[in-house]
Amino acid sequence: MPFDFSHESFRQARHERNQLFTVRPEFVEGLIPSFSNNPILIRILLTDMKSSLAKVCFKLILLVLLYVPGMGSAEDTAAPSDFAIAISKLATASMQEREAAVQQLISLKAPRTLPILQGLLDGQLYKLREGDKLVLAKQQDTGFSLVDAASGDDLGIKESTDIQKIPLNNSLRARLRKSLGNLQLNSTETAIRIEAVKAIAKVLDEESLQLLRDRLAIEQETIVQDQIRLVLALEQLNSTTKSPRIDAINLLKNHPTQEVVNRLNTLVEKDDEGNYLETDSDVRNKAKTALAAINSKISLYSGIETLFFGLSLGAVLVLSAIGLAITFGVMGVINMAHGELMMLGAYTTYVMQQLMPNQLGAAVLLSIPAAFVISALTGIGIERGIIRFLYGRPLETLLATFGVSLVLQQTVRSIFSPLNRSVATPEFMSGAWQINDFLALTWNRFYILIFCLLVFALLLQILQRTRLGLEVRAVAQNRNMAKAMGIPTDWVDAMTFGLGSGIAGVAGVALSQITNVGPNLGQSYIVDSFMVVVFGGVGNLWGTLLAGFSLGIANKLLEPAAGAVLAKILVLVFIILFIQKRPRGLFPQKGRAAEN
Amino acid sequence: MMLMDWYRNDKAAVWLMAAIVITVTLLPLGNLVFPADSPLRVTAYSISLIGKYLCYALLGLSLDLVWGYCGILALGQSAFFALGGYAMGMYLMRQIGSRGVYGNPELPDFMVFLNWQELPWYWFGFNQFWFALLMIVLVPGLLAFVFGWLAFRSRVTGVYLSIITQALTYALLLAFFRNEMGFGGNNGLTDFKDILGFNVHSDGVRASLLMVTGLILIAAFLASRSVINSKLGRVVTAIRDQEMRVRFIGYRVELFKLWIFVFAAVLAGIAGALYVPQVGIINPSEFSPLNSLEIVIWVAIGGRGTLYGGIIGAILVNYAKTLLTGWLPEIWLFFLGAAFIVVTVFLPDGLIGLLQRLPKRIPIRKVKAGAA
Amino acid sequence: MKKLLKKVSHLAAAVALATSALGAGQAQAEDTIKVGVLHSLSGTMAISETTLKDTMLMMIDEQNKKGGLLGKKLEAVVVDPASNWPLFAEKARELLTKDKVAAVFGCWTSVSRKSVLPVFEELNGLLFYPVQYEGEESSKNVFYTGAAPNQQAIPAVDYLMNDLKVKRWVLAGTDYVYPRTTNKILEAYLKAKGVSKKDIMINYTPFGHSDWQSIVADIKKFGSTGKKTAVVSTINGDANVPFYKELGNQGVKAEEIPVVAFSVGEEELSGIDTKPLVGHLAAWNYFMSEDSTKNAAFIKQWQDFIKNPKRVTNDPMEAHYIGFNMWVKAVEKAGSTDPAKVQEAIIGVEVPNLTGGVAKMLPNHHISKPVLIGEIQDDGQFTTVWQTNKVVDGDAWSDFLPESKPIIADWTAPISCGNYNTKTKKCSGQN
Repeated sequence: MPFDFSHESFRQARHERNQLFTVRPEFVEGLIPSFSNNPILIRILLTDMKSSLAKVCFKLILLVLLYVPGMGSAEDTAAPSDFAIAISKLATASMQEREAAVQQLISLKAPRTLPILQGLLDGQLYKLREGDKLVLAKQQDTGFSLVDAASGDDLGIKESTDIQKIPLNNSLRARLRKSLGNLQLNSTETAIRIEAVKAIAKVLDEESLQLLRDRLAIEQETIVQDQIRLVLALEQLNSTTKSPRIDAINLLKNHPTQEVVNRLNTLVEKDDEGNYLETDSDVRNKAKTALAAINSKISLYSGIETLFFGLSLGAVLVLSAIGLAITFGVMGVINMAHGELMMLGAYTTYVMQQLMPNQLGAAVLLSIPAAFVISALTGIGIERGIIRFLYGRPLETLLATFGVSLVLQQTVRSIFSPLNRSVATPEFMSGAWQINDFLALTWNRFYILIFCLLVFALLLQILQRTRLGLEVRAVAQNRNMAKAMGIPTDWVDAMTFGLGSGIAGVAGVALSQITNVGPNLGQSYIVDSFMVVVFGGVGNLWGTLLAGFSLGIANKLLEPAAGAVLAKILVLVFIILFIQKRPRGLFPQKGRAAEN
Repeated sequence: MMLMDWYRNDKAAVWLMAAIVITVTLLPLGNLVFPADSPLRVTAYSISLIGKYLCYALLGLSLDLVWGYCGILALGQSAFFALGGYAMGMYLMRQIGSRGVYGNPELPDFMVFLNWQELPWYWFGFNQFWFALLMIVLVPGLLAFVFGWLAFRSRVTGVYLSIITQALTYALLLAFFRNEMGFGGNNGLTDFKDILGFNVHSDGVRASLLMVTGLILIAAFLASRSVINSKLGRVVTAIRDQEMRVRFIGYRVELFKLWIFVFAAVLAGIAGALYVPQVGIINPSEFSPLNSLEIVIWVAIGGRGTLYGGIIGAILVNYAKTLLTGWLPEIWLFFLGAAFIVVTVFLPDGLIGLLQRLPKRIPIRKVKAGAA
Repeated sequence: MKKLLKKVSHLAAAVALATSALGAGQAQAEDTIKVGVLHSLSGTMAISETTLKDTMLMMIDEQNKKGGLLGKKLEAVVVDPASNWPLFAEKARELLTKDKVAAVFGCWTSVSRKSVLPVFEELNGLLFYPVQYEGEESSKNVFYTGAAPNQQAIPAVDYLMNDLKVKRWVLAGTDYVYPRTTNKILEAYLKAKGVSKKDIMINYTPFGHSDWQSIVADIKKFGSTGKKTAVVSTINGDANVPFYKELGNQGVKAEEIPVVAFSVGEEELSGIDTKPLVGHLAAWNYFMSEDSTKNAAFIKQWQDFIKNPKRVTNDPMEAHYIGFNMWVKAVEKAGSTDPAKVQEAIIGVEVPNLTGGVAKMLPNHHISKPVLIGEIQDDGQFTTVWQTNKVVDGDAWSDFLPESKPIIADWTAPISCGNYNTKTKKCSGQN
């Protein structure tokens, strides 16, 4: 019998399930009160601890609670069987029951609660596929090192196939984070405390304020004290008397964060009729000047950010164009398969990561030489097999290499399937360099920018300092004369093409970190790459560098005003017009060789 | 007399034209005369397919003019094709009138859909066929004129010219993708109903469109031929072979180039306009730089600098595509890619060159390579 | 002269050959029932559509193992429209006139569907379209087995608003008709719910957009005002990977600014490093992680068929699964593959879906579906966090757009119309 959705009982079941979801907030909301029910914590948190003995006690107990799990069993007030039930629920139950289990764990106040919850939040809580035992797992080179979640016993190393991660959802995650944050406020590490204060500042409520005030009373480190004062100053803005508010603004003015800006903005807001919501004009004006000062800083930061965005876009353009600048600029070969050579580089990264699944970072670094070799060999193959028959017919290289690009694309599609492949971002390239609240530079872009400059410098060295470079330049300037001087032009051609292709492969490694690795990777960059080379001036590496960066920055400057599409169109139109003015790009080649 | 002359000079071309005439008369007859179950019946599928090939042939011809005879490797020919197509598409959209899904007599469906209140100014006039015809010629022609005037005057040549024509079509591609432009964005213009009051899906209209396409192709071929054989054509060919020398002799090279560039753009626009009612859709992907490259490849495969080479190349490549995408859907790109490589490396003069090389008595029309 | 003649005769032969090949295949004995598969196997859309081709081959294979249909074997006719929209129309015509297929399963993008629509209407073919789309269409010849906006977008926004208490909205999409329409519907819906204009940010980007730095920075700024912010993403396929990578790197966490996507499924996730995405959301009508016996069997069958035990399933595959089974059932009911009879028989047909419920073909040629919202897990799967308590009927014409509000689709007598205006009592847009 087919399942009938209109069936009453079914509807009821669904309804209850939804009910569970709507009740959900209360579960975890209980986390903090539940800790304050804990006699130890009550003693710690709510007593005015002036005696140094109490401080020592506090630190000791917290140390026990937070970092030496399992040792606090003497104070375990819960029946172990309840704990076991909660643990097993956590391991096997459905998502909503899991939330109940988390709630139960919290209310049980078991000493293992904290490491388990922390593990859950960090995605380190797993269960064994056999027996559903809850474990904390850490990835090692050889597999996962496991710790029994309930007892803290070491369980040795297991394969990733033996364990299964405990899933988690956003609401639970957010509340876990908040509750853990409140507790971390009392960590022994200064840095963790500062982070906790910052985290609390984002979700200020009466409860967390109280926690902050208590912490301030016992805090020894000045940095943490200042941080707490800043957060409390945000609260102080709500005061009913004028002078503490003015003081707060004065304090906050010098430590701008997003919360400060938001809070100050509410002081200068107008209602629908145009009247200020804030009635005290002194406070308002003070807030206005403070905001103006902060905003000028912010706009400076956003200027820097835009510049960085532009440079990093430029770096991608330069990387993808610079190999082309060699094959196209130096050799006069219009290589439409250039994009596909980049694609090969990206796929090399994918394969390397498959070969070294536990060392993603090293895999990415190793794929740089690997991709260079693979793309270079492919390039040499293309040159020897096809292009050498076409010298003196530059425009026809376009057609043949277009054929090559179709073949390469379809080859990749046949080998790796038409689906995109997942290339992981290594740890050191994830996240951002948070300079302050308003300025953060993402690491992957940052490294790509540096990588681009390195590749460029290296290439320049090769072309100017090595024998190969000398010969390449000689052939580029005058093929026949070079031949007459005894330069093996065939060999030089193959090497040049190999070099250009290899660089394309290296660019592919960089691209694998920011975009799709799939059969269409090359096509999406080929048009842009040609633009960069032509704009910079064919045959000039410096031109390519400058062109890439200036187009990137121009794009990013236009983008906020015009939108992404229009910005790109405008840049294209600019290139078209620019070429009319300077038909040979930014840095035209000089001398006789420059003629057709 | 003149015909005999022509026949003697350019026999293959005559025969090709004859084949086209036969095709475009016999096929529609086969479609209209025979009943649906007769084995001799030509299906509507074949009719619209051949119609499409002939449009591509006209496009190939137009590129052969600029590339084969003038040495300008334009990678933006598809832009003119698509503009012509859009002009026709706009006319066809206006003909839908109040039969659209929302029943708005003025606005096309996609505009109603996206809350446009009134017709943008550039859509005015397209409810008149003559206006659409004018635009089909004028818009690509004007764009080619402005672009060419700027480019040729500043002596942008060779690869630079190729790349900026590519930039042009790429910019147009992006622009037409934008829904704010009022050309239907990615969905483009489709769901046409009538042309000149006749149902576009009827057999009669399809057959007539095929005939018209064939006739226009022949007319375009003859016109191109007379242009090439005129004094202007000789100068253009000279520019291809030695631009500097022609300039030093005192010709204003840029004007000759501009002339041929605009003429080819208009032909491409007409091809686009004929294409749209036959395939039933025009969408920004027609502007894609890859499409332009494909046109170049048709001409290269057919044999450039021969006029009919572009036509034959376009028809053959597209026919192969039709067959291969049906027979070998998984691996057909290998064949297409390989064909491009083989033709460029081993058949620099294309298939026509191959045919001409076989009978030694016919002199080979040498195309100077690397002229651009 | 002789050689010339020979040459021309070659040409003429080529023309003849071409024409005969194009018109061939008309007088074949009908010992099999042909099923057309019209999915791009090359070009930009191959990434999504190839899977659906394989799904169809698997199901046709399965049906043949069960003894075929009406005592005949099914035969799949696969063609490659190569992500080229006019080629879609050409291939559709080829399938219908040359191969004489009984039904076609195919298309992914709206533009490909729009391109083939006139062909199917003219030749009275049947098209099963398996992808979520913008609605505002109901053709006699098309069966929409993917989600209409009311089966995906609106429930997702409801979830964000009621369960996550979202107050500020970023509607980010690729610039084409599906995001445009969806965002328009959502904007109207949000405004009706009292969200003010300044709390809605709308952003469009081109296809395959790869540099998301500025836009993600803008989203971050927009979401930093203290009000809970969410991103409703209709960003298409390829652009998603760089988008999510940028989100992850700029530190936009799912708990702070969740992104709910309508075009990111298991298959897209299999091409992404999912660690930075954990907790972001997607709204679909099917997740691979759904716990049902049908689903388990389907996954096993698929992984065996494709010979890859790690291969994932996704929502459009389920749509084809439902569509194909509905077609089979309707053909059996009608006792014929004649499109007219199937069109009549298929309305009201019920088949099990993969989430443990039943899908029904409605008179407007859309189907009923449950709506699921899932959070991305770091293994590339979704965990369902919310679902509608009963199936939602697909609505072809959105009630939140003023122009389409009075329009309904009903392909049963007496209306028999895809866009019937209930106010003017007229059926417009028909040939």
